[in-house]
Amino acid sequence: MKARQKRLIFILVGLAILGLATWLVFNALGNNMSYFYSPTEVVQKKAPENHVFRLGGMVVNDSVQRGKELTVRFAVTDTANVVNVEYTGILPDLFEEGQGVIAQGKLADSGIFVASEVLAKHDENYMPPEVADALKKAGMKPGGGKQ
Amino acid sequence: MSSNRINWFKYSSPATFYPLAGKLAPWFTAIAVILIMVGLYMGFFVAPTDYKQGEGYRIIFVHVPASWMSMFIYLVMAFWAAMGLVFNTRMSGMMVQSLAPTGAMFTFLALWTGAFWGKPMWGTWWVWDARLTSELILFFLYIGYIALHSSIDDNRRADRATAILVLVGVVNIPIIYYSVQWWNTLHQGASVSVKSGSSMASVMLISMLIMAFAFWAYTIAISLARVRSIILERERDKQWVSELPEIKQ
Repeated sequence: MKARQKRLIFILVGLAILGLATWLVFNALGNNMSYFYSPTEVVQKKAPENHVFRLGGMVVNDSVQRGKELTVRFAVTDTANVVNVEYTGILPDLFEEGQGVIAQGKLADSGIFVASEVLAKHDENYMPPEVADALKKAGMKPGGGKQ
Repeated sequence: MSSNRINWFKYSSPATFYPLAGKLAPWFTAIAVILIMVGLYMGFFVAPTDYKQGEGYRIIFVHVPASWMSMFIYLVMAFWAAMGLVFNTRMSGMMVQSLAPTGAMFTFLALWTGAFWGKPMWGTWWVWDARLTSELILFFLYIGYIALHSSIDDNRRADRATAILVLVGVVNIPIIYYSVQWWNTLHQGASVSVKSGSSMASVMLISMLIMAFAFWAYTIAISLARVRSIILERERDKQWVSELPEIKQ
């Protein structure tokens, strides 16, 4: 075997071991790498109690209620379960019913998620307004299936 | 048959690659300039407004191609770093060195334009989600490469030492690319992918692809120009450099 073939094998084996090690690390970290918890995880009590965490999902249609001053109540769903959220503050432009959001806050004893920050999550669909209208008329969500 | 086949190994020598790079660079510069003008015009004037984000979405015509380039340039650097370690060729290290600043520039551009888009759309400049964090690590890898290379005086030793760094860092690339699928992130999934095609209107997609090709041409042009100066600097004591018409005068 030539020296350069040895070096090539050495690099390939090294990269393979490195890749495996990285994979094991991320596997062990598991869900901790995720930026937010889904409503189902909150209902199943997988989210941390008495601790600040993030909740992500879709704003349920017709669930947004404006309260006194800047207080807003709405429900977040992942289509399986629903969590009620209360937030006082300014909402981002893309906040809308049926749109993805990520709220940071704590779960109150009443089961309401009290958010201190609400971010809008955008999806991967980009289209002109006419196409979105046409899709809506046809009874479909823009982009077809996802979410 | 064998006479009209290109002997690629011929160009692994700086003396033969230097004039080739000089011949190719202006062509890629011209392609880059034309494509950037066409791409930006289509992106800003031809492509329609987005149904939800309005005009703000137009940042993707720079953001997405820049992010693609930031990852792709690193893979090319890793390829040359491996070639340098295996074959001990002089050109490989110089190619890595010439690509690094452009890669760092595109990574910074991706992070910067992303922050500008994130403020109005998400409601925040920056979040520590998996996609954004791993892209920031990529930026540090580029900066780390440049710093380590310039801290070692002997160029050949610097090439070998930094090649290890570049190869170790390559694990980050699949993490960036698949982060939006593996974990819940604030960053949205890919709008364009090989498997599921595109979820964008076609004019938007075409404008974005033109910008991607423009950035390719720009990267090739700038790194060829840069590698020429690196060759001259490293080979300044060699006979062939002193015989170059532009050196002799």
